[in-house]
Amino acid sequence: MITAAAQETENYLNASYGLKSWLLTKDHKRIGLLYLATITLFFFIGGSFATLIRVELLTPQGNLVSSETYNKLFTMHGVAMIFFFLIPSIPAVLGNFLVPLMIGARDLAFPKLNLLSWYLLVIGGAFSLFAMIAGGVDTGWTFYTPYSTTYSNTWVIATALGIFIAGFSSILTGLNFIVTIHTMRAPGMTWFRMPLFVWAHYATSLIQVLGTPVLAVTIVLLFLERVLHLGIFDPARGGDPVLFQHLFWFYSHPAVYIMVLPSMGVVAEVISTFSRKAIFGYRIVAYSSVAIAVLGFLVWGHHLFVSGQSLFAGMVFSFLSYFVAIPSAIKVFNWTATLYKGSITFQTPMLYAFGFIGLFTIGGLTGLFLAALGIDIHVTDTYFVVAHFHYIMVGGALMGYLGGMHFWWPKMTGRMYPEGWARLSALVIFLGFNLTFFPQFILGYLGMPRRYHVYPPEFQVLNVLSTAGASVLAVGYLIPMIYFIWSLRYGKIASANPWGATGLEWKTSSPPPVHNFDEVPVVTHDAYDYASLMAEEVEIG
Amino acid sequence: MADHATETPALRVQFDTEAQQKDASSLGMWIFLVTEIMFFGGMFAVYTIYRSWYPDVFAIASSSLNEIIGAVNTGVLLLSSFTMVMAVRAGQLGQQKMIVIFLILTLLFGGIFLGVKAYEWNQKFEEHHIPGQAAFHLAGVLPQEQGHAQLFFSIYFAMTGLHALHMVIGVGILLTLIVQARKGKFSASYYTPVDVAGLYWHFVDIIWIFLFPLLYLIDRHMVK
Repeated sequence: MITAAAQETENYLNASYGLKSWLLTKDHKRIGLLYLATITLFFFIGGSFATLIRVELLTPQGNLVSSETYNKLFTMHGVAMIFFFLIPSIPAVLGNFLVPLMIGARDLAFPKLNLLSWYLLVIGGAFSLFAMIAGGVDTGWTFYTPYSTTYSNTWVIATALGIFIAGFSSILTGLNFIVTIHTMRAPGMTWFRMPLFVWAHYATSLIQVLGTPVLAVTIVLLFLERVLHLGIFDPARGGDPVLFQHLFWFYSHPAVYIMVLPSMGVVAEVISTFSRKAIFGYRIVAYSSVAIAVLGFLVWGHHLFVSGQSLFAGMVFSFLSYFVAIPSAIKVFNWTATLYKGSITFQTPMLYAFGFIGLFTIGGLTGLFLAALGIDIHVTDTYFVVAHFHYIMVGGALMGYLGGMHFWWPKMTGRMYPEGWARLSALVIFLGFNLTFFPQFILGYLGMPRRYHVYPPEFQVLNVLSTAGASVLAVGYLIPMIYFIWSLRYGKIASANPWGATGLEWKTSSPPPVHNFDEVPVVTHDAYDYASLMAEEVEIG
Repeated sequence: MADHATETPALRVQFDTEAQQKDASSLGMWIFLVTEIMFFGGMFAVYTIYRSWYPDVFAIASSSLNEIIGAVNTGVLLLSSFTMVMAVRAGQLGQQKMIVIFLILTLLFGGIFLGVKAYEWNQKFEEHHIPGQAAFHLAGVLPQEQGHAQLFFSIYFAMTGLHALHMVIGVGILLTLIVQARKGKFSASYYTPVDVAGLYWHFVDIIWIFLFPLLYLIDRHMVK
C-alpha cells in the first residue's frame, strides 16, 4: 500500500508484512512510526479538550459545561498534550527514526528496549485514557498537593500511574540515545561532525534520564500519600506541600526543554539545508544545547515565586532563569546569521523554521518578563502565563515537529507531500496560532486568571478572537493530516535526497533499507558542508 | 557484518564488534543507575529537609528501630555483594559452575535480607508505628509532635520499601541469570549480563549503606 517504488527495492516498509511484523519489530524506523500513530491519537484527544475549552470561553457566563467539567477539561488537555504528545513527539518519532541514520548506525544500541519503551507509552496512555473516559481528573496537570492527595474525588491515581509508566518510556528513549551516540557513530563521525539535530537529542536525553526519575519518585510519594496515607506532604503532620511543588518542577521545568530542544535541532537542519550554508558557529550552537540542558535544571523555583518560597530563593531562581535565555538567544542569533548571504528557498519546512524562530522569540522574551519577580507577581496564574508557554510549546515545539515531519516525510515514506497545500497549511497554522494566543497575552496582562470558565464581560472580545484563532488553527492541523495520508498513495516518488542536504540520512535510499545503509558510511566532512558540495556541483556543471 | 554474526551468535546485528556491544551494555547500565540515583535522590531530599526541620523527633523515632538487626542485615547484604563480585569473576574466568554457585549464594543472602526486613516491618505494625493510623503513638514525643514522628516513619517505610522493591527485582534478575547460566549461556568471552546485573546489585546495596545510618543511627551522635 505504501509505495510503488517499494516493488523495485526492498526497504524497511516492505521487508515484511502483517500486524505482527509491526508490533514485534525491533527496527528503530518502524518503532518511530508506531510512536507517530500513538502520539497523533493523543494530539487529537488533547486537541478536542482544547476545542471544548475554547468553545466554553466564547461567552463570559460559563454556560456550556459546569466548573467541575471545565477543571477536568484543562487538566486532561494538559496531561494528554504534555506527557503523551509533546514529550515523546520529536525524540520518539523523528529522533528514533533519524538518530541512527544520522550517525551512520544500523539501529539504536538497544532495539528491544526501544520497542519496550513504545509499549510503556501505550500502557501509560491506556491508564490515562481510562481515567479520562471513566470520569476524568481535575487537579490540573501539576497535581498540586494537598488537593490531589486529599480532596479531589477524581481519577488522580489512574492518571498519575499512566504518567509514571510513560515516564519510563521517556527514560528508556533517552538512555538508548545516549548510549547509541556514544558507542555507535560511523567511522569518521566525530562528536563535532554530528548534525545539530543529534546534539539536540543528546542534550534532551540528558534531561530525560536525569529529570524523569524525580517525577517518578514524586508520583510514588503522591501515591503513598493518597492511597496509603503516608502523608509525606501533609501539613497536618508537619509535612510541606511546597516540597511537592519543588520536586514536581525539578522535573517539569526541564521537561519544557525536553519539548523544545529537539525542535531546535530540527530548525538547525532545516535552516542550513534551505539556505545552502553551514550553521553559523556550529560548535557554539552544539554547546548551547548542552548548556540549556544543564541550566534548565537550575531554574525550577521560578514556578514557586508566590508559593511561599523565601524571597532570597526567589531572587536566586529569577537570576538563574535569565541565564537560560543566553544559550537560547545564541541559537536564535546563529540561525539568523546562517541565513545571511545564503541561497534561501521557501519550502514548507523552512516556513515552519521561520515560524519557530519568530514565535519562540516571543515566547522566550515573555519568559523573561515572567522570570522577573515583580512582573511575575502581577501576572501569576493569568492568561499571560498561558500565552507564554503556548508560544514555547505550540509556537516552538510543535512548529519544529511539523517542520521536521515535512522535512523527513520523503525519507520516512518514500513519497513527497504536496508542496502547495503544505505551504498553505503552514501559513494557516501560523496565522491561527497567533490569533489564538496573542490575545491571551493581553487578557492576562489585564488580569484574566487562568483555569476559570466564568469571566467578566469586558474580556469577551479578546476571548472570541482567541476562539476564532483556535478554529483556524484546527483547520491548519487537519490539512496536513489529510495530505500526509493522501501522499502515501498519490504523492510523488521521493528521491534519496530531495532537498540536496548533506546529512547521512540522505545518503541512503528513501525509504531506507532495513539496516539503513548497504555499506557502513565513512564520514570525511563536517556537518553542513554545503561549501564543498556546491563546489562539486559547479565542477560537474 | 554478516560474517560477524556467524562467528559469535551473541553479537547482535546493530553492533560491529563484541567490544562495542559490551561497551554499550555497560554504559547503558551505568546510565540506568544514574536514573536510579535521581529517583532515590528525590527521597533523600525529602528526608534531609524533614530531618533538618525536626531533628529531635527524628532522633527519638530513629532510636525505636533495632540497630542490631539493622547492622546484621547490612552485613548480610555486604556478603551478597561479595558473592556477586565472585560470580562476575567466575564469569571472567569462564567457570560456568562457579557462576551458578555464586549467583545462588547471592540470591540466598538477598533472600535473608528481605526476610529480616519483613520481620522488622511486621514489628512496626505490632508497635503501631504506622503513619496515618489513629493508634499511632511514639513514646517520648510530645502529643503535638506525633505528626513529625509519623513523617519519620512515612519516610522509613517509603525508602526501605522502595529499596526492598529493588531487591525483589534484583532477585528476579538473579533467578533469570541462574537459569541461563545453568544452560551454559555464559563464557569468558560473553558474560555481560552477569556483569551488568552485578552493577545493579551493588547499586541497590549502596543505597542501603546510606539508608542504614540515616534511618537507624540518627541518635548515636546526638548529645544525650
